[in-house]
Amino acid sequence: MDLFEYQARDLFAKHGVPVLAGEVIDTPEAAREVTERLGGRAVVKAQVKVGGRGKAGGVKLASDPADAVEKAGQILGMDIKGHTVNKVMLAQTADIAEEYYVSFLLDRTNRTFLAMASVEGGVDIEEVAATKPEALAKIPVDANEGVTPEKAREIVEAARFPADVADGIAEVLQTLWKTFIAEDALLVEVNPLVKTGDGKIIALDGKVSLDANADFRHEDHAALEDKAAADPLEAAAQAKGLNYVKLEGEVGIIGNGAGLVMSTLDVVAYAGEAHNNVKPANFLDIGGGASAEVMANGLEIILGDPAVKSVFVNVFGGITACDAVANGIVQALELLKSKGEQVDKPLVVRLDGNNAELGRQILSDANHPLVQQVDTMDGAADRAAELAAK
Amino acid sequence: MAIFLTKESKVIVQGMTGSEGQKHTKRMLASGTTIVGGVNPRKAGTSVDFDGTEVPVFGSVAEAMQATGADVTVIFVPPRFAKDAVIEAIDAGIGLAVVITEGIAVHDTAAFWAHAGAKGNATRIIGPNCPGLISPGQSNAGIIPADITTAGRIGLVSKSGTLTYQMMYELRDLGFSSAVGIGGDPVIGTTHIDALAAFEADPDTDLIVMIGEIGGDAEERAADYIKEHVTKPVVGYVAGFTAPEGKTMGHAGAIVSGSSGTAQAKQEALEAAGVKVGKTPSETARLARAALAG
Repeated sequence: MDLFEYQARDLFAKHGVPVLAGEVIDTPEAAREVTERLGGRAVVKAQVKVGGRGKAGGVKLASDPADAVEKAGQILGMDIKGHTVNKVMLAQTADIAEEYYVSFLLDRTNRTFLAMASVEGGVDIEEVAATKPEALAKIPVDANEGVTPEKAREIVEAARFPADVADGIAEVLQTLWKTFIAEDALLVEVNPLVKTGDGKIIALDGKVSLDANADFRHEDHAALEDKAAADPLEAAAQAKGLNYVKLEGEVGIIGNGAGLVMSTLDVVAYAGEAHNNVKPANFLDIGGGASAEVMANGLEIILGDPAVKSVFVNVFGGITACDAVANGIVQALELLKSKGEQVDKPLVVRLDGNNAELGRQILSDANHPLVQQVDTMDGAADRAAELAAK
Repeated sequence: MAIFLTKESKVIVQGMTGSEGQKHTKRMLASGTTIVGGVNPRKAGTSVDFDGTEVPVFGSVAEAMQATGADVTVIFVPPRFAKDAVIEAIDAGIGLAVVITEGIAVHDTAAFWAHAGAKGNATRIIGPNCPGLISPGQSNAGIIPADITTAGRIGLVSKSGTLTYQMMYELRDLGFSSAVGIGGDPVIGTTHIDALAAFEADPDTDLIVMIGEIGGDAEERAADYIKEHVTKPVVGYVAGFTAPEGKTMGHAGAIVSGSSGTAQAKQEALEAAGVKVGKTPSETARLARAALAG
């Protein structure tokens, strides 16, 4: 889960990373009082989870409280690369002398953590990495040893930070590492990390991404979720404990296993090329079990998507046998009917693997008017795409 | 032969007394795996009956190894306890730890992986978030359904469980030396490259099928490895062409970040290494069939 800047800032503050005072508001009027509290001047910053907001006009300096109200009014509601600005952060202004970059992240390739640091902060770091790789120091950090004072010194030296800021940055690196570990982050990034005119080191802007698999030890992380931005179907699916991602197409997809479902989306998109370019409408993995209840929950979400024209149920019976899945489908359709749900979209079902023939027989016997069976994945994808294109 | 797991393997199960552990221990026994014990400190000294086979429960991995000579552990413990379970297995010095558990925090995985490294990588780790591995007709360590395929001369390595099953089923008449599910998490122990190297060295494997998916650069690195080191034919499949940027597709590791980790890049890298890549799982199976026929 990626956080907003103000949420990242709060976590930094909690673990001792130096930040400036700031407050988040969602109406222009609120800017007046906040700016007064901040000393009469403020930087007004759009809170969006996308880079390049400065260039898009999402960061403005306000010279007094009335100006802050005006600037907040300009930025709130703005669209930045498809993200609507619903909140702005007002922050204290800083006298910036130098801009640096520091981060810790998960290095998938080397299966360890990585520190990155550069004296060239305040710009897109991917660009620095591409055009001046020698300016970006990358130092592996052992997961169990962590960032000791010696490690922090090693990072500072590798990035060639000037001597006058070396101690300050080494200290920031240790508190930033504390944030990374204590919050189970996948990324903590400070860009820019600034040196002020009077020599202080401050994290001016930051990015944090958290590991959802660690939520069990972070009760407070649930509150950081941006519920306003969630797709309503994704939110409904999440409430039912389903692994669902909304996509742009017309063919609803239900399958078991993440890899098989990802593959199903591809095969449907591929088949769709011959059928008016229809595409998959969603990712939905009902897992290995595929019980009637889970199948009903899944069907309910997918049939509730107005974009869906047909549904492809793609199940490989591995651990769960296909007869159990077939019974699940039949019961799910009955369950939805008894709940008064509208079931009026064609379902193409492909069952393969354990007890596939028994499963297919169960569906044939049930003879549901909306259910069609195709025995291969490619053939069934083609049929579902064809039905969606009608 | 086969890789990593053979009929000589003696397997213990950490978390055997839990519901998933019991269910799959029963299935592993039914598919011919030599299961010599379970581990649960609170139930040490007891035993569990699986349709007439009594499997003893030990207090620790070390005790189980000492009493039975076990060399493989399959781990089913819940995510929050998984790190300690894997570290216990590493400290006991077991040769192979298969971590089935899904949903382990990546900091925990990074910690046990670093611990394994500090101990000289004496323990091979497969997973986490994987279906395990099977050498059909010999042994089955994990949750792969044994009855969907047969023994043969194809080696399979995959990030995905169900795509593994799908491929094993499509090629069931030809059969497999070993099929290894390496897992869908961002950090995993055994990689595509480790499995490719083992299959290349395995005299009983003639062809390798490699299944990848979006996220990270493991497939690209595997492609480089194939170019340099693999002489056996390799057929590939990559899932996730339609996945949108920035969304996690079921597996914690299956995410396209910016322009990296795309299926397109993986397919291109594999093809550049001479790997035939199928557009669908079924086409991949046909390519494998053709490659094996020569």
